[in-house]
Amino acid sequence: MTKISDNILKFENVTKVFGSKAILDGMNFEVRRGETFVIVGPSGTGKSVTLKHMVRLLTPDDGNVYVNDRCINEVTGGELAELREYFGYLFQGGALLAWLTVGENIALPLREKTNFAEDEIQKRVAKVLAMVEMSGDYDKRPSDISGGMCKRAGLARAIITEPDIVLYDEPTSGLDPVTARTIDALIERLRVGLGVTSVVVTHDLHSALSIGTRIAMIHSGKVLELATPEEFIRSKNSEVQKFLKSQYITQRGSWERDQI
Amino acid sequence: MITREPDFFPPSRNVLGQVGRSVVLSFRETGRAMLLLFAAVAAMRYAFTKRTRHEILVQMFVFGIKSLGVISVVAIFTGMILALQTGLALREFNQEVNIGTAVMVSMLREMGPFMTGLILAACVGSAIAAQLGTMVVSDEVAALEIMSIDPVRYLVMPRLVAMLLVTPMLAFYMCIMGVIGGGIVGMTQLGVSWDAYIDNAIRFAEVKDLFVGMFKAFLFGGIITIVACHEGFATTDGAVGVGYATRKAVIVAFLFILIAGYFVTRLFYV
Repeated sequence: MTKISDNILKFENVTKVFGSKAILDGMNFEVRRGETFVIVGPSGTGKSVTLKHMVRLLTPDDGNVYVNDRCINEVTGGELAELREYFGYLFQGGALLAWLTVGENIALPLREKTNFAEDEIQKRVAKVLAMVEMSGDYDKRPSDISGGMCKRAGLARAIITEPDIVLYDEPTSGLDPVTARTIDALIERLRVGLGVTSVVVTHDLHSALSIGTRIAMIHSGKVLELATPEEFIRSKNSEVQKFLKSQYITQRGSWERDQI
Repeated sequence: MITREPDFFPPSRNVLGQVGRSVVLSFRETGRAMLLLFAAVAAMRYAFTKRTRHEILVQMFVFGIKSLGVISVVAIFTGMILALQTGLALREFNQEVNIGTAVMVSMLREMGPFMTGLILAACVGSAIAAQLGTMVVSDEVAALEIMSIDPVRYLVMPRLVAMLLVTPMLAFYMCIMGVIGGGIVGMTQLGVSWDAYIDNAIRFAEVKDLFVGMFKAFLFGGIITIVACHEGFATTDGAVGVGYATRKAVIVAFLFILIAGYFVTRLFYV
């Protein structure tokens, strides 16, 4: 039986160098089971690279990434596939397969990886489509829907297998404020209702402060600040304050957690 | 893993360094293409599942039926050129009746599989490379890997099986159309009757020619698919990279078709 660890994800001195630039430079943090861990930071600081290390789309040059206490950069083949089953992953553009309909895209992991009957698959697809408010879009092609809808369909595909951890790469970028808040609400609902652990990479601090149980700010390949939203906006770190002020968030706080 | 980490190399200091790096990289890429081939062959045990059977049929339709038009035109005119050139030469010796043999043997042994291979490399190979390249740059392949869906089994194997089946069929069809084209020239330009042309064509062609030609086509189908899939999966740098991968897939497939064609001919006829 798999050991249930309190820290579902752990980065231990992870270093990643692209060319001569260290994108991650001895990064350390842990993600607790059931929390929404938000990674923020300026562009090019390695937020998406961090996310890709969690599912071993990238391998550290140094250090280790642990998923449920198992080092993901040391496993291959079936073991890697087994560890990846813990994850759902929402890519920036949704990453839907162009030749399948929205419904077929969402059903894909169930059709390929489970023995569910077609009725059960359709029931589950309908359920997640309703969750992302796309119930009428089963038969549409990715090319027929907007970028925001692609993203929501990608989210539906990420959660249909009921993964323990969902990774979100810029879930609200490019979305209108109303749809962005819908996504935020869905992430929060998954955490509160189903105990899903979420790791969210975002530029959107309003979203980060709304959904995050802890927020990590990455700068120069390291975690510069790791705090609860309340502590984060009151951080004395000048880089954090600069980042907050860039989005008109003051230490007195312009956000409300119960907005969502 | 199909999804690759980006390559970063320090700038070469001299031409020798650049050449050396190119050689090493080409060996690395050849090795990766071979591994892709082995993985696709190993995945063929899943070729009989319902979904894969359907996918293979879809790919056969896309590769085969949709290429029929261009193959028909190329085949007829290839046969007509062969008949005209050999017919004009043979007319000097009053032997123009023998154009049937010349066209049939040329089409079966070389022109049928070669022209089919080159057309499919240009039409199908480029399309495969562009499709997979686009999937790579838009993270669709990475998404498959994270869902623990093997991209080789899901994307490469159905295309490989479809091409291995379709290419010999198309090559055979090309031979027939080429012989018909040659017959048209024989009748209209060289005064050879249709019956004499066909009789001559069938009498001197051997079954071995047919089998070797189809074997070549089978081989070319495999080369086109693996080269195209490999180049597609190796795509980087967005839309520009997709264009580069497509171009490279066609050029590399052309080269390997010619090289493999020579060695197969040498193996069976020398």
